[in-house]
Amino acid sequence: MPAQSLPTPASGPAIAFERVAKVYADGTAAVDDVSLTLAPGSLVALVGASGSGKSTLLKTINRLVVPSAGRVMLDGSDVADGPPHALRRRIGYVFQEVGLFPHLTVAENVALPLRVAGRRDDDRVAAMLDLVDLPAALSTRLPAELSGGQRQRVGVARALVTGPRLLLMDEPFGALDPVTREALMESVARLHRELALTTVMVTHDMAEALLAADRVLVMEHGRVVADETPAALLTGAGGERAAALVAVPRAQAERLAALARRGGA
Amino acid sequence: MSEALARVPALAAQHLLLALAALLLALALGLPLGLLAARRRHLGAAVLGFASLVQTVPSLALLALFYPALLWLSASVGGGIPALGFLPALLALTLYALLPIVRNLVTGLAGIDRALLTAADGIGMTAAQKLRWVEAPLVLPVAMAGVRTAAVWTIGAATLSTTVGQPSLGDLIFAGLQTQAWTLVMAGCVGAAALALAVDALLGFAERAAGRRQWRRMAAALALLVAAGAAASTPLWRGGGDGGRTVVVGAKNFSEQYILARLIGARLERAGYSVTYRDGLGSAVAFGAVASGAVDVYVDYAGTLWTGAMARRDTPPRARLVAELARWTERSRGVTLLGTLGFENAYAFAMRGADARGRGIASLDDLVAAAPRLRLGADLEFLDRPEWAAIRAAYPLRFAATTPYSPTFMYRALASGRADVISAFSSDGRIAAEHLIVLSDPRGAIPSYDALLLLAPARREDARFRAALAPLVGRIPVAAMRSANYLVDRDTDKKSPEAAAAWLASKVGLGE
Repeated sequence: MPAQSLPTPASGPAIAFERVAKVYADGTAAVDDVSLTLAPGSLVALVGASGSGKSTLLKTINRLVVPSAGRVMLDGSDVADGPPHALRRRIGYVFQEVGLFPHLTVAENVALPLRVAGRRDDDRVAAMLDLVDLPAALSTRLPAELSGGQRQRVGVARALVTGPRLLLMDEPFGALDPVTREALMESVARLHRELALTTVMVTHDMAEALLAADRVLVMEHGRVVADETPAALLTGAGGERAAALVAVPRAQAERLAALARRGGA
Repeated sequence: MSEALARVPALAAQHLLLALAALLLALALGLPLGLLAARRRHLGAAVLGFASLVQTVPSLALLALFYPALLWLSASVGGGIPALGFLPALLALTLYALLPIVRNLVTGLAGIDRALLTAADGIGMTAAQKLRWVEAPLVLPVAMAGVRTAAVWTIGAATLSTTVGQPSLGDLIFAGLQTQAWTLVMAGCVGAAALALAVDALLGFAERAAGRRQWRRMAAALALLVAAGAAASTPLWRGGGDGGRTVVVGAKNFSEQYILARLIGARLERAGYSVTYRDGLGSAVAFGAVASGAVDVYVDYAGTLWTGAMARRDTPPRARLVAELARWTERSRGVTLLGTLGFENAYAFAMRGADARGRGIASLDDLVAAAPRLRLGADLEFLDRPEWAAIRAAYPLRFAATTPYSPTFMYRALASGRADVISAFSSDGRIAAEHLIVLSDPRGAIPSYDALLLLAPARREDARFRAALAPLVGRIPVAAMRSANYLVDRDTDKKSPEAAAAWLASKVGLGE
């Protein structure tokens, strides 16, 4: 702990979905009457196949998607109150395409949320790059000069530079190779603990969800069909759909273990 | 010739000023329009559709259309809007420059990676911040390419502003084309091309500097452009306040008009006026120009105004027509008819002499029977003029083919046999020189075309101005005019309109 007694960071906000639904103009129901509460400080994974509504549900939190019915509450206040940009400045958002601005350097990209809020803090930018394990030498590079993993680290640094209490991640590492992906997931899990965030992460990779999250929501056809801890899912809780998703990494792990035994014999 | 070439810098300055002003106005309109169009799909489609439609209108026609449009607008707000000169040219060129600016802005904005806009939203940018920090810098290269295209088009199309009475490098091109002075045409083309390349290079430099975020270099390039525009505008504000000493002499777009304008201009200069010329005015535009004061004096022809501006279809005797015309111009438009010059320049059907004799054609009556086997070459406006309708009403002429030519090429078409009859002009030196026969008009269908000196309302009480021009009245016989015209129109040993005007002055006893 630092010498001066900073207040212990309060953990991130509680999130409550109250009968949230999203029906698009063409009649497809992306989210169908979801009600649930996510505890402050939890790392929640939203898992499901493409089109199951997990990404749409995530975006209702920072109003990139406006629900057709129901409401989303952060620590008891409706996210629909006030202008969307004020809400989004309090929420970190990381997504698969990263969205680094090609005309700005790494440091400028990370500094942008501060500028948007009318602030400037070069030390903070440098500290954030350090926090996501990026060498300081990269700070003057343009995004095009970085590897995919480095780019997403910049994305995470940019999402957290203003010190949000809530981090939303939409398939954040989907486009990365497994080794980079593993390393980044570890970094994010560490940041989640150290910064005492509430983190909601969308992924189609059940193994990633099981290993990182402390709560896993399985979605199908816009509904949450399972809401369990990783341990419970591994012991068969959560029903048919969850079991099918868990079976894949489990079978892989067992086959790998068998291979390893034969190799060692 | 060198006298005409000496006008290049002044014309280039006016040309540049017009083009830059149109470009700036197009930017001021196009940027907000493009942003709006990119945000609303239906509006975007409508705006781009309109801009593309404007592009399909030939630029010459677009310029010409602004003349009646502004006349109507001026009339409906009680006057005061100039329908000639800078304003119509500016508006037409602005419309023309809009398309590349708006189109590139819309395409550029549509081409921005959606992920970047999502990121901007996710960070919590307001719409204004998103525009300033994300959309503007990303769209800049595409938008700038549109601006450069617009700049090059505008500078090119500005040569056409000559026809609505706005001086530009087009003056040289039109004058050169009519008098077959190819050096003038080249000077106008090369000048316009050089301007376009220079402006494009400066904009390109600014664009590259912006891409590398060298803001000072970018600002320097743009400042240089603005400075060039400001420098080009100096003659305008320096020219003011000379107590009406600067006068504008107008000329339509053929040799006789260029010569008479120089003859008039020389006399006015000797009387102490500083003279500028507005050459190449469209026939319909010229009378409006003198009535509005955009031009102080020019020469027109009785029959042209009688059938055109007055819309009369009868053909009274020469003297009565001129007297009635003088009353009408004075009363309806405040234009003073100072007098007739002494010669007529009437429409006259002409044929190759041998051909006409061989076919036994001497009058328009004789032509009626032969016409279906003959081809008519007309000047560019004749076929649409009321005179042609009147002639056809009197003589049922049906030609095998009718083709419009610019006057110079019309005579060539007759000489080369591509046309058998042409709508010549009775004061044209080429009639005698090329042994043509002018067909008589026994039914009197063609009105009288006395050359007239017309003065703008502001010169009505200017005694010195009137005194300088009075000696021209009744002074120029048709033979002298024909010879002067031929000096300019002939193919070998051509003279400039200035030289022909000096020759004419001494021929009729008005030389130094």
